[in-house]
Amino acid sequence: MVRRFVRTLAYGPVAAMLVGARFSAIKGIKPHEWIIRFFFGGAVCVAAGLIAQHYGPIVGGLFLAFPAIFPAGASLVETHEKQHKARAGYDGTNRGRTVAAIDAYGAAMGCIALGAFALVFWIWLPRTSPWIVFPLATFVWLTVAVGLWLLRKRLFHKPRRPSRSAGTRGRE
Amino acid sequence: MSLELTQSLARFFIGGTVVSFFAVLAEMFRPKSFAGLFGAAPSIALATLGLTISSHGARYAATEARSMILGAIAFLCYAAATSWLLWHYKVRTLTATLSLIPIWFGVSFALWLTVR
Repeated sequence: MVRRFVRTLAYGPVAAMLVGARFSAIKGIKPHEWIIRFFFGGAVCVAAGLIAQHYGPIVGGLFLAFPAIFPAGASLVETHEKQHKARAGYDGTNRGRTVAAIDAYGAAMGCIALGAFALVFWIWLPRTSPWIVFPLATFVWLTVAVGLWLLRKRLFHKPRRPSRSAGTRGRE
Repeated sequence: MSLELTQSLARFFIGGTVVSFFAVLAEMFRPKSFAGLFGAAPSIALATLGLTISSHGARYAATEARSMILGAIAFLCYAAATSWLLWHYKVRTLTATLSLIPIWFGVSFALWLTVR
């Protein structure tokens, strides 16, 4: 399994082919959506600090992995997908829900990387400078997240085979 | 202005900025299963651990990071449950995500009670 994970990471350029970034998506984010994300993000960071102050670092640390922005983010994903389908003249309710489910599935994979990030901090922070630990933990998070995503793609995503009729036509 | 209030304000603005940054990344990337990875990005940790190190020291922050592993396991259970619910039932995403938050609290505190 580990060997397969490492081999998958070596297929980095494949990820570049599979993943696309749409910069135009930033323009589609409405001002109130920015405010919701900024406010929730800031509020949870303050709450995590206050909880750590009152109940100690062990309880406070739990809230460093609190799904603060996830509910708002997932529901915005659903709304955007619905709007996208509505512009094409379809009812995108089911499609919106499905995309939100896929987004949540991705987040579940990201949680393993989040745990790896925390593990690096826990092990290395008392021994090494934070200037080294921060980039190292971020690198580990990104590597594990992308690696797991590629591994899932390789294990469960089967390439589409051409249909029998198309194959026959090809031979003809 | 007291030191505590200044720190809270710094946490709020740094936290809001970092979380918004990862939210934008999640919005930009396709396919959605890949973009979802950013939904569980260490945004809160990146925003607050630096301030924690400067105010309480590295050992304190390392203790927080150890607990964060438990929080991440709870997040995994919560995100998996959300995905399952949205696949199998016709519920609104906001309803599903908010109603399942107790899973995060339940799992994280159960794990905390187990390992403390």
